Amino acid sequence: MIEVLSNAALATIQDQGRQGYLRYGVGTSGAMDRVALAIGNLMLGNPDDAAGIEIPLFPFRVRFTQDTAFALTGADCSARLGERPVLPWWTLQAKKDDVLTIGVPASGARCYLLLKGGVDVPVVLGSRSTQLRGEFGGFLGRQLKKGDVVQAAAVEPVHGETINDLAGFGITPPSWTLGELETSPVADPADTVVRVLPAGEYEAYEQDSIEAFWRESWKVTPQSDRYGYRLGGPVLVSKRPVEMRSHGIVPGVIQVPPSGQPIIQLRDAQPSGGYPKIGTVVEADLWRLAQARIGSKLRFVQTSYEEAVDAQDELDRYMTKLRNLVGLHRGTRP
Amino acid sequence: MSPILERVLDATTTGAMTSKRPQQNLQGTVHLTTPSDSGEKPRISLLGTSAMLFEAPGELDLQTQRRIWALGQRAAKWDGIREAVPGMSNLMLTFDRPPRQPASLVAALHDAWEAAEELSLEGKTVVLPVQYGGDFGPHLSDVVAHTGLSVDEIVALHSEPLYTVYALGSHPGYCYLGGMDPRIAAPRRKVPVLGLPGGAVSIGGVQTGVSASAGPSGWNTIGHTDMSFFDPARTNPAMFAPGDMIRFSVERIVR
Repeated sequence: MIEVLSNAALATIQDQGRQGYLRYGVGTSGAMDRVALAIGNLMLGNPDDAAGIEIPLFPFRVRFTQDTAFALTGADCSARLGERPVLPWWTLQAKKDDVLTIGVPASGARCYLLLKGGVDVPVVLGSRSTQLRGEFGGFLGRQLKKGDVVQAAAVEPVHGETINDLAGFGITPPSWTLGELETSPVADPADTVVRVLPAGEYEAYEQDSIEAFWRESWKVTPQSDRYGYRLGGPVLVSKRPVEMRSHGIVPGVIQVPPSGQPIIQLRDAQPSGGYPKIGTVVEADLWRLAQARIGSKLRFVQTSYEEAVDAQDELDRYMTKLRNLVGLHRGTRP
Repeated sequence: MSPILERVLDATTTGAMTSKRPQQNLQGTVHLTTPSDSGEKPRISLLGTSAMLFEAPGELDLQTQRRIWALGQRAAKWDGIREAVPGMSNLMLTFDRPPRQPASLVAALHDAWEAAEELSLEGKTVVLPVQYGGDFGPHLSDVVAHTGLSVDEIVALHSEPLYTVYALGSHPGYCYLGGMDPRIAAPRRKVPVLGLPGGAVSIGGVQTGVSASAGPSGWNTIGHTDMSFFDPARTNPAMFAPGDMIRFSVERIVR
């Protein structure tokens, strides 16, 4: 269906994640920006659990080995299908032998390439996501490389639906609709702002450290990837050494190793850990984090549990609205 | 409601960092280095809107762990709970959807903990040959430096007990083991080490374990064993389960 032409490493097959195996030591994996993946699937009429390709390094080039509809979501990439520009958050029809080049994004960090039908790889422990540490799931349990041919699942044509129903439209990026979050003091517009709920060891930190945690910008260091973002900023100091017993953790948890430089655990993170936790980036904002680039800065804004649940509800309502809009758009096509 | 969760909710709903709360409250009620030192009450905290963590009071021992297993079996059946994940004398509950009233879940956890009897899981016993030290045990010297014991003493103490698998975690198939001699405890590393090979036998704090595949670790790697722990093709993919027993036999010591 598509052949990978570039050497760009780190691209992986991801779906919404692998649930229910934490007690076997298996983390969730799944798309870093689950919103972008879900929107791409919506645009193509794919099942919600369909897998796509997460691309964090550019340029990334593929050749279509047959006609198919595809969608590009996530980072604002300058993409071309042959010589034709492809807008971000857009779905298009590709012809056999067309080459899609996804360039360096103007903003954002991760682009999602979705194929009509979804990427066809075996479901392992309930998911098609790549488990890099366990070397299973996704495409042979590894990152894609040059020469790999990725298949899309066969799709039964829906009665009366033509290929044009699927392609040739775009949607407004979620960052426009959902907006940026406010901070005090006001964040640099280039910073990524996310909501954080204090976690179990929040109060173990010195007052100066807690204040710095909320006030300062945190640099996403080059040692940041799908496992986690290692941040650079003021050293966070605990009142006394904290040694925890190993316990379950989830993506978004902000651990503070003894170096005092926090690490945000992300989709490929271990499902358990022992470093103290100062906070957790709420699930509703993990997609924002996913699009923060190495070298950029993060700001944390304190939230309450109730507000964090509301934020999740807001995100769900946004997805429902989008689903209705896409359905309506299809319905009005001749 | 647990004081911990109460404090977290309070801290966040008031939007205050500290100014609205008396300082002695902050200082006086935190038991962090050893949450169990507080003696009686479990500690319950939120992991964002995705999960809740229950930490049992008391020692890290088999009696406590057996009650954690019992609590996990029970909580896994509750409405809205996606998964109950035992850790080392603690239990994480992940949510299908975040509960609107986390306080009722906190209360349910307290009640279920009070009622939890020790659950005896009778598992298999496996002997794992270990090569201690050398290239595969790069941090053995750090454990020597920390404990003041010799390599031989550390190896003898580490290979003596019959360890119980308390929980799985960290990465697919990894076992957290209970029963390590506290004399060879050594703090986790200041910075995690990247790219350690699978089969790494390591010490982190008062715990020991064996890695199931290559990857990063913040623990002190003291040796290596050849053993495959995980097969994703199986319905029950992990070779070990809580309640299984592991003994390390000394294959070789590289100095």
